[in-house]
Amino acid sequence: MKFIPESSPQRVPCYRVLDENGRIILNSDFIPVSEKLAVRMYEQMATLQVMDHIFYEAQRQGRISFFITSLGEEAINIASAAALAPDDVVLPQYREPGVLLWRGFTLQEFANQCFGNRADHGKGRQMPIHYGSKQHNYFTVSSPIATQLPQAAGVGYSLKMEKKNACAVTFIGDGGTSEGDFHAGLNFAAVMEAPVVFICRNNGWAISTHISEQFRSDGIVVKGQAYGIRSIRVDGNDALAVYSAVRSAREMAVAEQRPVLIEAMTYRVGHHSTSDDSTKYRTADEIQYWKMSRNPVNRFKKWVEDNGWWSEDDESKIRSNARKQLLQAIQAAEKWDKPPLAELFNDVYDVKTKNLEEQELGLKDLVEKQPQDYPPGFHI
Amino acid sequence: MSAILQGGVASTALSPFKTTDSNKLVTAPSRSSLSVRSRSDWSKSFGSRLIARRSQPPLIPNAVATKKTDNAESSTSSKSGHELLLFEALQEGLEEEMDRDPHVCVMGEDVGHYGGSYKVTKGLADKFGDLRVLDTPICENAFTGMGIGAAMTGLRPVIEGMNMGFLLLAFNQISNNCGMLHYTSGGQFTIPVVIRGPGGVGRQLGAEHSQRLESYFQSIPGIQMVACSTPYNAKGLMKAAIRSENPVILFEHVLLYNLKESIPDEEYICNLEEAEMVRPGEHITILTYSRMRYHVMQAAKTLVNKGYDPEVIDIRSLKPFDLYTIGNSVKKTHRVLIVEECMRTGGIGASLTAAINENFHDYLDAPVMCLSSQDVPTPYAGTLEEWTVVQPAQIVTAVEQLCQ
Repeated sequence: MKFIPESSPQRVPCYRVLDENGRIILNSDFIPVSEKLAVRMYEQMATLQVMDHIFYEAQRQGRISFFITSLGEEAINIASAAALAPDDVVLPQYREPGVLLWRGFTLQEFANQCFGNRADHGKGRQMPIHYGSKQHNYFTVSSPIATQLPQAAGVGYSLKMEKKNACAVTFIGDGGTSEGDFHAGLNFAAVMEAPVVFICRNNGWAISTHISEQFRSDGIVVKGQAYGIRSIRVDGNDALAVYSAVRSAREMAVAEQRPVLIEAMTYRVGHHSTSDDSTKYRTADEIQYWKMSRNPVNRFKKWVEDNGWWSEDDESKIRSNARKQLLQAIQAAEKWDKPPLAELFNDVYDVKTKNLEEQELGLKDLVEKQPQDYPPGFHI
Repeated sequence: MSAILQGGVASTALSPFKTTDSNKLVTAPSRSSLSVRSRSDWSKSFGSRLIARRSQPPLIPNAVATKKTDNAESSTSSKSGHELLLFEALQEGLEEEMDRDPHVCVMGEDVGHYGGSYKVTKGLADKFGDLRVLDTPICENAFTGMGIGAAMTGLRPVIEGMNMGFLLLAFNQISNNCGMLHYTSGGQFTIPVVIRGPGGVGRQLGAEHSQRLESYFQSIPGIQMVACSTPYNAKGLMKAAIRSENPVILFEHVLLYNLKESIPDEEYICNLEEAEMVRPGEHITILTYSRMRYHVMQAAKTLVNKGYDPEVIDIRSLKPFDLYTIGNSVKKTHRVLIVEECMRTGGIGASLTAAINENFHDYLDAPVMCLSSQDVPTPYAGTLEEWTVVQPAQIVTAVEQLCQ
């Protein structure tokens, strides 16, 4: 009689390509990245950083109501997106705007959603950062945690039925893996033999809950085997490692019609959101350490620079350009009208029901009778 | 809201609503195995909010083979038609839709080779394969979520809950995603799922398996709810629900699966937002749905013998209510009795009472009365269980009281 021990003496090793100084580790296997791709990846990582800072500041200034940053997770965001094909369907949690950025969502479009203006693709219906774009195969962010995981199994199932050369890719944080939907979603994808890549961003914190209080296992990667899913642990702050791992996982998922689990180890440098002050539950030193010494953007920058593909000139250019574009985008988005009243009642169904029509007429009536009670620029 | 109507013409004289849709068609008349009368004017018209979807050639609006009843008047009848049980009618509808559109698929527990707990999906896995008729592991939230994800990518899943009560576990996906994602995505993603399963009070199934989930789901914006009650409308509603672009929850009843009726051989569809006139009358409007329809019709027999003339309407569409049909009836009879299986508090009857009071207050000669189950979990003991469900005797008493 032998019990399987609750933990193994050694933790699952972490796949990595670049060391902390941005140098390729000897004998590491990885998929080579061309200069063009590498430069694009770096540019987007830098743009994402600038975007995060500027929108965060905009929230602090009261110009938008809410924001969530991806600071510290730029490598996961951009490198994973770079490894996917445009037909791959992405189901995000909420800390992956970089994937949408990579696919071509413009800074203006991001701003429009955050301001919920007339040009927002979501028609002002969702909180900031709940981006969604059918055109870019990026499902609209839905706040409840982990609901996207069973949905990803469904997307995988759909792609499998249509025999498409594409997979579903879905993201979850370390905290989200405690939800029932995580276990069910992985189990379903395994049983269905659906082409789904599950990417868990283990960033150490779920708001104020540290991973030591979230689960007792060796991270998330060991859970894959429990569901019969091939898994890998990767250094999430190493853009080349993330790129290789996601690219391989994607090929496996599509060719072998099976799900794959990737645990990307990283650190959440920013607060959980603008409604959080993380210095209340962790030390400022810890945050500084990860921000300065373990920064994925700097690490990748060193490698790109060492290859002679990037200069300080390029650096200041990309950052100032991004900053300028963002400020312009925000100014424009702020000025544009909000969606008209009619959009309150549209898209609940494909065609409005009678009671919705009545409710709309009732509200129009109210607004017309007492326009002074409604904010200026409130449109019918 | 898609309305698939077939055939002809004519607007009723009672209608305050203009008929502007030139494509407007008529639903094939509905027959219940208990209907006593037939009327010549079955056609209805609807306001411009309904769009007739011509996704196929026009269908034949002939009536079914008539049943031999005491007062059956002449009506169009075709000698064709085939007899089947309600669960077979559901299966027929589902199979026809799966034949018609390769995007339609089924998922749920034991729906594949086992054929489903109530045999609604029997034979489908053999015909369409294991992928299109998918057996899932046991997690309602997961397979509902899976259906939603598949729908957002272009499939049309029919999700089966083994018992409606289990769908409480799927509430998060149904409410937050199914109902909302079309809206919150700015109309970019549609979710044409059908969620179906047996609910209602059965025979001693215990509290957890005797739930009326229509009460809990009725508030969710973005979903439609319908309840079938006869083989005819079961098949028609199943087909309409699958073709609808909105998420639809189709409520079946555990005790109605073995109802037998003859339905047309020709293809037909029922309108999702329409109520069914079961028995026209003059004295009182009785609104009901699902199994309670049969208790009401049984009470109606007694009432007719006592000289009353009740108008019985199976509301069928639980969200939204067909206030057009209901309103016309109220304007005629001025008295309303609602008979439902939901609990007193927060049930369909409660919402319907509010809607009728708000919209048709001037036409009522008496307060709206609602007969519902008590606010108790359904007990196992047969004698106790029987008294949690509204019985025909209570309905007769209520009508007598209202018609004084």
